[in-house]
Amino acid sequence: MEKFAALIDALVYTRGRNEKLRLIAAYLLRTPDPDRGWALAALTGSLDFPAVKSSTIRRLLMERVDPVLWTLSRDFVGDTAETASLLWPEPAEATGAAPTLAEAVEHLSRMTRASVAGELASLLDRLDAAGRYALLKLATGEMRIGVSSRLAKVAFADAFGVAVDDVEEHWHGQAPPYEELFAWAADGAPAPDARHLPLFRPFMLAHPLEDASVSLDEYAAEWKWDGIRVQLVHAGPPGETGETRVYSRSGDDITRSFPELAAAFQIPGIVDGECMVRGSHQGGEEGGAASFNALQQRLGRKTVSRTMLTDYPAFVRLYDVLHWRGEDLRALPWSERRRRLESLFAELPPSHFDLSQIIAAGTFDELAQIRARTRDDAIEGLMLKRRDSPYVAGRRAGLWYKWKRDPLLIDCVLMYAQRGSGKRSSYYSDYTFGCWDGDPDAGAELLPVGKAYSGFTDEELVRLDRHVRQHTVNRFGPVRETDRSLVLEIAFDSAHLSKRHKSGLSMRFPRVHRIRWDKPAHEADRIEALRALVRD
Amino acid sequence: MPADFAWIRPEPWGIHVVPADTWIDPARAVPHALVTHGHADHARGGHGTTVATPETLEIMDLRYNTREGAVPVAYGETVRLGGGVDATFLPAGHVLGSAQILLKHAGERVIVTGDYKRRADPTCAPFTVTPCDILVTEATFGLPIFCHPPIEDEIAKLLATLRDQPDRCVLVGAYALGKAQRLIAELRRAGHDAPVYLHGAMERMCRLYEELGVPLGELRPVAGTPRDAMRGHVVVCPPSALNDRWSRRLPDPITAMASGWMRVRQRARQKNVELPLVISDHADWGELTGTVEEVNPAETWITHGREDALLRWHQLHQRRARALALVGYEDEDD
Ligand SMILES: [Zn+2]
Ligand SMILES: [Zn+2]
Repeated sequence: MEKFAALIDALVYTRGRNEKLRLIAAYLLRTPDPDRGWALAALTGSLDFPAVKSSTIRRLLMERVDPVLWTLSRDFVGDTAETASLLWPEPAEATGAAPTLAEAVEHLSRMTRASVAGELASLLDRLDAAGRYALLKLATGEMRIGVSSRLAKVAFADAFGVAVDDVEEHWHGQAPPYEELFAWAADGAPAPDARHLPLFRPFMLAHPLEDASVSLDEYAAEWKWDGIRVQLVHAGPPGETGETRVYSRSGDDITRSFPELAAAFQIPGIVDGECMVRGSHQGGEEGGAASFNALQQRLGRKTVSRTMLTDYPAFVRLYDVLHWRGEDLRALPWSERRRRLESLFAELPPSHFDLSQIIAAGTFDELAQIRARTRDDAIEGLMLKRRDSPYVAGRRAGLWYKWKRDPLLIDCVLMYAQRGSGKRSSYYSDYTFGCWDGDPDAGAELLPVGKAYSGFTDEELVRLDRHVRQHTVNRFGPVRETDRSLVLEIAFDSAHLSKRHKSGLSMRFPRVHRIRWDKPAHEADRIEALRALVRD
Repeated sequence: MPADFAWIRPEPWGIHVVPADTWIDPARAVPHALVTHGHADHARGGHGTTVATPETLEIMDLRYNTREGAVPVAYGETVRLGGGVDATFLPAGHVLGSAQILLKHAGERVIVTGDYKRRADPTCAPFTVTPCDILVTEATFGLPIFCHPPIEDEIAKLLATLRDQPDRCVLVGAYALGKAQRLIAELRRAGHDAPVYLHGAMERMCRLYEELGVPLGELRPVAGTPRDAMRGHVVVCPPSALNDRWSRRLPDPITAMASGWMRVRQRARQKNVELPLVISDHADWGELTGTVEEVNPAETWITHGREDALLRWHQLHQRRARALALVGYEDEDD
């Protein structure tokens, strides 16, 4: 545990990607199985200890520390695990040697809701502050050390001199502590066989297109639909019934939320597309898609009722094909995969699948005009795909671009600010803003319409934080209410009717576009201006 | 009981000693000021008269050219402020010259601590515990998560890093008044007698400390020193210079920061610190609550910092306390 805690601490304080890679690789090289596997699982977020929650830790501490002092400390630190590691009352006498990482994992996975209070406490008693921090981070699975699961896999690849794409490929069939994976990478054992498992393959992603133009000879243009990106996989041992799984963009298995999609995809293969809900009111060029709000009814459900299935029927608009009938197509150029997709599409039931159309435009300027004319809410923007691009995991420079629609803008007034989390825990970085419900000079009030915590630079954050502290009129725990003096120009993707806000409106992806230090608050927009943008 | 203390009134820009029309650490220019110590959030220029310790007056003069109207008072000495108020300056252990101010009026005693700490510091006189009716205390580190480790451990961490990576230098961000000199003095106490390199903004204050009797060993300016000469050495700069273009002249610096905030990982991360050194010139939670217990005032007033938690502690221990909403205290010197 000591070495793992030291690694976590070093990663917290290390800035550079290369230095992080070096630290993780060095740890993996000099740590034996199974500890190195557990560490890798922790870094890739692959561990889950359901008995230990943030609330468990909070409860444990509340029994030992005054609840008000706990809350104030937690608000300041911005992180439950770290606060607990700092506030844990150390036992007067040592209570046994520090556990190894494998031991800690074993204890954690054995804990039940009933036993967790006692067992977690006795583990904490055996550790120092850094060890407690590492243990609690491990237990809650929220490492927040600036290491993505991708970075950890790159470090693994670097450590043993294997290709990271191979690591990604073999990863998904494996479970912690990944002894087979280490045997393959470190000792040259044969790679684990996963051909017949319905495993997730990492998505190919796009870079934003910034002030550049591309040639349409080299790139094909396609709509970027406003649903959720999904991957459908069907696989099984030869001669047996296969299994279908639906994966979200992050690789989460969401089959249970979309049983009808799984049932409709029964041919061995892997396709990539946008999951949406049927609806008529959009009436875009291809029609057929309801708003994102409708799709939201289907997300995050463990079971789906019959009514759900009829009221919000899901379908997939296909973008790409990765595997088909045992053949891996990912190395083929996009144009060839597209040709295959268009022909295999005929094998899929039209009730649940359609094809994302290629936009016919002769020149980039023409394409820009088409994009500007688009009013369909089911369209988030455009995708530009290099015609010769293979299907590769992640974002690869120059292959795919996303070109989002210009955002909508509205001037709002800052009303409340809350401390951020993690790196921003000492700053008021989450802002609630509102629009006037009438003429502010005739005594109108502000109605909250949304929350934003991005869109500003670090320098602007410092200024915003100072503004909040100097213009506080009320405090509620980590939240400060400010006087109505600062105008924020908010950019957002779309406006919707909502029951969550008193204003009856909500925004999608609101972010701070500009801080209008210059603009008097009474000149900010009224609620009607936002309501006029709703197209639900 | 506080009603009897109408002669001392907290206002948003300072503590007003009403019968003497004198202000303590005022945030704006006033005719008569008492100043606890030289940090910018407590000491400002432009007052008619400024009563402070001789060291604080020297520091203020260096920073703001405030020779005019300066009235020096030694530790333990009492001055008559008028209106029947006497003020005595007592060591606060915060930085060189820092004082608590004991105010007496009609048999009532109020102590304004300014900033203080209880740990030993080779660069200044130690805090003295003095009984009073009202203790006006700071609360910069007023949360139970703050527990400053022994400074020897932090210095050892710094020296170990220096030894492990002799081809680099360790660049320590430390406040120019107090923290920088304490850090250097503690390095000397730990037997580190190599030259310490200084950012230009540190030089005059270090020289003033030495003139006032605090030896700091061999100090050299970074300016004009070839990059390679600084490998394996400690370089001290103000925190604002840590991530500044200025540091590009150094040989592959390891960024360190000496501050009580370094106890919280995310704070260190925010400042891009690679080597956090938990060194503070303020009282930590244990020192704050311990001091209240030792001084045992009838009531505590809390000036600046995280007052909510300290108020709660008073409540839990059946002690009277209130938070003063003072403006302009920014923790220059955490
Ligand atoms: Zn100070
Ligand atoms: Zn202060």
